[in-house]
Amino acid sequence: MTVSNDVSLPDDYPEDHPLHGRLNLNRFIFCAGCLIGTAITAITSCLVERGLTPKDYAIVSGIGCTGRSSGCFKAPAFHATHGRAIPFASGLKLANPDLEVFVLSGDGDLFAIGGNHFIHACRRNIEINVLCNNNGIYGMTGGQCAPTTSIGDFTSTSPYGNIEPPFNLVSLAAAAGASYVARWPGYDVLRLKGSIMAAMDNPGFSFIEVLAPCFTQYGRKNNLGDAVKMLEWLRKQVVIEKNCPPHDAEYSHKNGRIVCGEFVNSPREGFTQKIKQLRETAQKKR
Amino acid sequence: MSSGSQEKSKQSKLILTTGNYACAEGAIAVGCRFFGGYPITPSSEIAHYMSRRLPQVDGTFVQFEDELASIVAVVGASYTGAKAMTATSGPGLSLMAETIGLGFILEAPMVIITVMRGGPSTGQPTKASQSDVMQTRYLSHGDYEMIVLAPASVQECYDFTIRAFNLAEKYRTPVIVATDGIVGQMMEPVRYHSNFDVINRKGPQVPPEDYQPFEIIDEDLVPGMATAGSDYNFYVTGLTHDVTGSPDMTPEGAIKLITRLCDKVRRGRPEINDWEENHLDDAETVILSYGINSRGTPEAVERARQKGYKVGSVRLKSLWPFPEELMEKLGKIGIKKLIVSEMNYGQVIREVERFRHLGFEVSGMLVPTTIPFSPGFIYENIIKEMQK
Repeated sequence: MTVSNDVSLPDDYPEDHPLHGRLNLNRFIFCAGCLIGTAITAITSCLVERGLTPKDYAIVSGIGCTGRSSGCFKAPAFHATHGRAIPFASGLKLANPDLEVFVLSGDGDLFAIGGNHFIHACRRNIEINVLCNNNGIYGMTGGQCAPTTSIGDFTSTSPYGNIEPPFNLVSLAAAAGASYVARWPGYDVLRLKGSIMAAMDNPGFSFIEVLAPCFTQYGRKNNLGDAVKMLEWLRKQVVIEKNCPPHDAEYSHKNGRIVCGEFVNSPREGFTQKIKQLRETAQKKR
Repeated sequence: MSSGSQEKSKQSKLILTTGNYACAEGAIAVGCRFFGGYPITPSSEIAHYMSRRLPQVDGTFVQFEDELASIVAVVGASYTGAKAMTATSGPGLSLMAETIGLGFILEAPMVIITVMRGGPSTGQPTKASQSDVMQTRYLSHGDYEMIVLAPASVQECYDFTIRAFNLAEKYRTPVIVATDGIVGQMMEPVRYHSNFDVINRKGPQVPPEDYQPFEIIDEDLVPGMATAGSDYNFYVTGLTHDVTGSPDMTPEGAIKLITRLCDKVRRGRPEINDWEENHLDDAETVILSYGINSRGTPEAVERARQKGYKVGSVRLKSLWPFPEELMEKLGKIGIKKLIVSEMNYGQVIREVERFRHLGFEVSGMLVPTTIPFSPGFIYENIIKEMQK
C-alpha cells in the first residue's frame, strides 16, 4: 500500500483535540486490529476530559510500532531514539515541571535497550506517566525475540523456540520503586482510562502495562490467528484481581494466566518536588 | 563557589581556578540552567561544580544513570526552552554519539563539553590527549556538521563555553567544547567577566495556527523553535522529516533536509571559525596547533626566528567546521610548508592535507602522547623540517 500525506482519514475532532488533523495514513501506520490505537485513544480522551490543552502536556515515544504513536498527537510530541523515550521525557519534565508528560512506547524499546532508564526513572519517582504497549515481540523490526517473549515461543530470532524467560513488567516496576503500577488488556479501554487518570493524579512515576497482542508477527509465527482470534486468546487468560501484590501478578501465557489490575498506588513525593526543595536548601546556604 | 556579593566583584577580579570550573561558570553566566551528566574522569569536576551551583540559580542538576540518558535529557530540556548541557570525556562521548545526531536533526540547541583523555577504550583516564578531535567531528552516523571549539587556557574555557551556548542557540545545533585533561584540571587566573552578548534562540515567527516546526522564513536557514509548554503544537522526529515535522521517506525529502541542516552550519563558517596568527607576514613555514598542545609553539617559533628561520604559527580556536578560509589565506601568503602539531597519531593533519593543492607541503608532529610538546621539542622539529 502506498502511504501518502494526502490520504486523510475522516477527522471531525474539535481543533484543540489532541488528535485534530493528525489522523492521516502517514502518521497512523498501525496494522488494522492492533491495540496501539486504543492506547492512544485512551490517553487522548483522558487529556480531553481533564480539559488539558497542548500547552499543558507533552508526549514522547521511542522507536518501533508504538514508537510511532507520538506522531498521532497534535501536541508537543517527540519521537526520540530507540530506548531513550524516558530520559527525553525526564529532560522535558525536569526543565518544565508544569508539563504533564506521557511516554507511550513498546516493550522492546522500554525494557531491552531502554531498560536501565526505566528502572532508574522508577527509583527517582520522576513525575512522568509511562505506558508500555506490550506485544511480546519486535513488531516493526521484523518479529524478533523481546525481553517479554514467552519461553518456547517462536520469533524471527528464536526459530527453535525462545530459551530466555520474560520480564514480569509489573513486578519489575514495583521492585524498582514506581509509585503507581497497573496492567490492563488493551481492549479494556474503560479500566485503562481509569488507570491513566490515576497516573495523572499520582505525584510520581506511574507505569501502566497495556497488553496489545501482535497478530502480524507473534500471531503468525505462533499460529495464534488473526487480530480477533488473538484478542480472544488474550481474553481467556486475563484475570482481574483487586489488591493483588505486584510480585504475585502472574504473567504467563504458558499457564494461561495473566493477572491484571492496579498493583501499586502509593503516592510519595516526586523528583521535581525534591529538586525544588534542594534549591531552597542551596539558596539558604549561600 | 561564591556568594552574591562576591559574584559582582568577580567580574573585575582575577581568580585562580581550573578549566573545568571555568567551563561550568561560563555556562551559568550565559544562562545554562540544566545539566545532565554522568561521572567520568577527567571531566567530573564540571558535574561537581554544577551540582552545587545550579540549585543556587534555580537550575536543575541531575546525575543520570549513564551518558545515554544524560544527553537525551539535555535534548528534552532544550525543547522546553532551557539552555542545557552535559560534560564528559572520550568513552562517554562515544556513548552520546547517536544522540548528537538526534540533537542535530531535531535542531536542539545544546552544549557538550568533552575533556579529552588518552584512548582508545579506557585508555589513560587521568591524562590529557587530543586523540578525540575526529570523534568530536564524526561521532554520529549520517551526514551532519558539527561546531567544535578548542580552548587552550582556563580563561578560554570560560569564554569558549559562553560562545558555545551562543552558537548553539543561534544555529540551533549541538556544539562541542573540546578541552583536555590538562586544560580541564590545571589552575590559572581567570576573569569571570560579563563582557559578552547573550544570544537566545529564535522563537516561532508565526501564530500557533500557522506554525510548522521546520519552515524556513529567514536566509540563515534556521527555523523558529517552539517549545513544550507553549501554545504551539508540534511533532518532531529523528526520522527524516518535512517542514511540518512529518516523516518524509522520499529521496527529495532527504536531500532537502540534509542539505539545509548542513548548509546552515557551513554558511556560518566565517562567523564560527576563529584562529590566532603569529608572524604570518614573512613566514615560509607555519606551525598549526590547537588546544593545550599550542602552548609551547610561540616560544619555539621565537627561538627559531632568533636563529633566522622564517617561521610563523597559527592556533585553531575552533576546529569544526574546518577553517577552509585559513587554509586559503596560507596558500595566498605563499607559505612553503605547514607543520601540523597535535597530541595524537594524526587527525587534523588529514583535514589539512586536503589543501595541498594550494601550494604548500604538509608535514606533521604527531605523537599519541599525554603530555603537550615542549618548546624545545617543537623547536628541534622546526629546524629538522626547515633543513630538509
